[in-house]
Amino acid sequence: MSAQDGATDAGAALPKAQADFLPLLLPLLVAIAGYLGMWCQSFPQLPSSSTWVTLTIAGLAMGMMIFIMASGLTLIFGLMDVLNFGHGAFIAIGAYLATLVLLPLGGWMQADSIWLNLAAVVPAVIVAMAGTAVLGLAFERVVIAPVYGQHLKQILITMGGMIVAEQILYALFGPQQIPLPLPTSLRGSFQIGEAAIEKYRVVCVVAGLVVFLSMLAILNRTRIGLLIRAGVENTEMVEALGYRITRLFVGVFMAGSALAGLGGVMWGLYREQVNAAMGGELLVLVFIVVIIGGLGSVTGCFIGALLVALATNYAGFLVPKLALVTDIALMVAVLLWRPRGLYPVTSR
Amino acid sequence: MMPRVMPLSGDPPRSRVLAVVLIVIMVGLAFAPFLFPGAKPLNVAAKVCIFIALAASYDLLLGYTGVVSFAHTMFYGVGSYGVAIALYSLGARWDAIGLGLAIALPLAALLAFAIGLFSLRVQTIFFAMITLAVASAFLVLASQLSWLTGGEDGRSFRVPELLQPGTVFVPRDVLGVAVTGRTLTYYLVFVSCALLFLLLLRVVNSPFGRVLQAIRENPFRAEALGYRIVIHRTLANVLAAVVAAAVGALNALWLRYTGPDTALSFNIMLDILLIVVIGGMGTMYGAIIGGTLFVLAQNYLQALMGTVSAAAGEAGLPLLPSLFHPDRWLLWLGILFIASVYFFPSGIVGKLRGGSG
Repeated sequence: MSAQDGATDAGAALPKAQADFLPLLLPLLVAIAGYLGMWCQSFPQLPSSSTWVTLTIAGLAMGMMIFIMASGLTLIFGLMDVLNFGHGAFIAIGAYLATLVLLPLGGWMQADSIWLNLAAVVPAVIVAMAGTAVLGLAFERVVIAPVYGQHLKQILITMGGMIVAEQILYALFGPQQIPLPLPTSLRGSFQIGEAAIEKYRVVCVVAGLVVFLSMLAILNRTRIGLLIRAGVENTEMVEALGYRITRLFVGVFMAGSALAGLGGVMWGLYREQVNAAMGGELLVLVFIVVIIGGLGSVTGCFIGALLVALATNYAGFLVPKLALVTDIALMVAVLLWRPRGLYPVTSR
Repeated sequence: MMPRVMPLSGDPPRSRVLAVVLIVIMVGLAFAPFLFPGAKPLNVAAKVCIFIALAASYDLLLGYTGVVSFAHTMFYGVGSYGVAIALYSLGARWDAIGLGLAIALPLAALLAFAIGLFSLRVQTIFFAMITLAVASAFLVLASQLSWLTGGEDGRSFRVPELLQPGTVFVPRDVLGVAVTGRTLTYYLVFVSCALLFLLLLRVVNSPFGRVLQAIRENPFRAEALGYRIVIHRTLANVLAAVVAAAVGALNALWLRYTGPDTALSFNIMLDILLIVVIGGMGTMYGAIIGGTLFVLAQNYLQALMGTVSAAAGEAGLPLLPSLFHPDRWLLWLGILFIASVYFFPSGIVGKLRGGSG
């Protein structure tokens, strides 16, 4: 469907994007709701705040990882109007590429030295990201490029690509799960008061924040970012002004795939195992996050990821059965409030 | 548009080869218990019937309405589980089947209505994502609520006596086959699936079906002509869902078992997608050809793949054994799927029609 309601208020001199802070409060709201829910359970005593802190940090860490995976998808959709169902495959491929580096370096991983640990993890991350970026390039050129602008075919073909990629992973690495232990220096937890905070979760939160802030910086402060944002608004106009939008497409697609690969590595280390089905499983979560955030919006995606992860963690603690449907319930609630997601950026 | 009174769909195969193939398939299915005696061939024939009806209902969405749904197995599962749970808890009675259907069909319609209204408003891509999310949540729910659904193990149940394999109607051989309750069940499945297919064929050729195609081709123009897009798409979704649920109920009756793997798994969704795409989107007849080919291939090609894999293993070739391992069946299907979307967007039926005018 094409532009229909893209018209904004005319007449305002240089329309400045209106700041919309309401969605930013949502994760806070969910955190408070989680606390209240725990209070209800332990009434009349106050709930143990250490449990709440642990749950919150776990939620934040999970949210950051989901955000890293989802941000690529939302950018690709925003810029190219391509919904890449194959995104999940890149997540799994990233994790598998990391095992290729990490398993031979198992000795360094188990060594009690942060430098040796890093010497194993950093190359693994680089290999995973570079590998998925190159595969992303091939996927974009070979599989997606012929079907630009045809949603139905895109969905079918990227879905097919996802199946094929998953099956190739099975064929190459075997159907069994591959254990991927955390390096020694990332094991264990910090003790803050009563609350135990796992070190790896802190690493995830930091990594997620770094990715988020650098994406915002690139999008808002650089020329490339300007072009990307312009491309999201109006692809043809950017082309008419003499920029090669195709190159931009390819670049963003590679970056998005690399982010999916990074997310896959982090998720594999978090779960301490890798299997080929993880891509499909995470894809559903990533879609929910992207829908909640508003297709194409990086900030919305960030908030959506935090919301989903926090709600899942609290619900998993309070009513485990409920945790199965919190994602969907949250999505329905958000869409009832804002039918196009929290920050709908595209006019499509 | 003038409403024309037509008892039939007025949508003939429009290709001599296609017509012959369809007749061969129909005759084969109609006399399957006598033409191909034995438990496995009958099982394959019943599966062909079920997949034809299921794929046809999906074609209404994918081919005629132009929306991609990943929740079709969810509705199929609703029907399956409805009958299974009713028969399991009430015992092998006919009214249990009725009750199961009376709950499952409206439930499927309601779910489809809600999902449609909710997500078809914005854009079809939303619909694809939301159906995927809802379907996966439903799968998890079905495997977790074990008090109701039996969890991962599913529910095995007894069917009414008339349909049981032990019930023998004609003990003497008819063309070398005894007519049992199993034969009756097969014909129940066959006739119901045939009726559902004819119903769908009639629907897509009705004025309603024409509007759906108009919306698929050009939503704005259709809306400008005064047809409400959301309502038509949602109705198509509801209709497809109800048919899928009915087919699911038939599948449960045939298998006498319902579990996540047979009723809800995502693999079934992929199978349906593949059948519709390979057979030909937006043709209805594609479901018959695609479904037959697919189920036959699934049942007999996998054995072939096993032989190839073993042979490659003996020859000491690298990688080939694992690529041709029977479990990697989906890999080849996926490649075939991508290739058919690129090269035969109108599927086998489209090729046949194009070939002979």
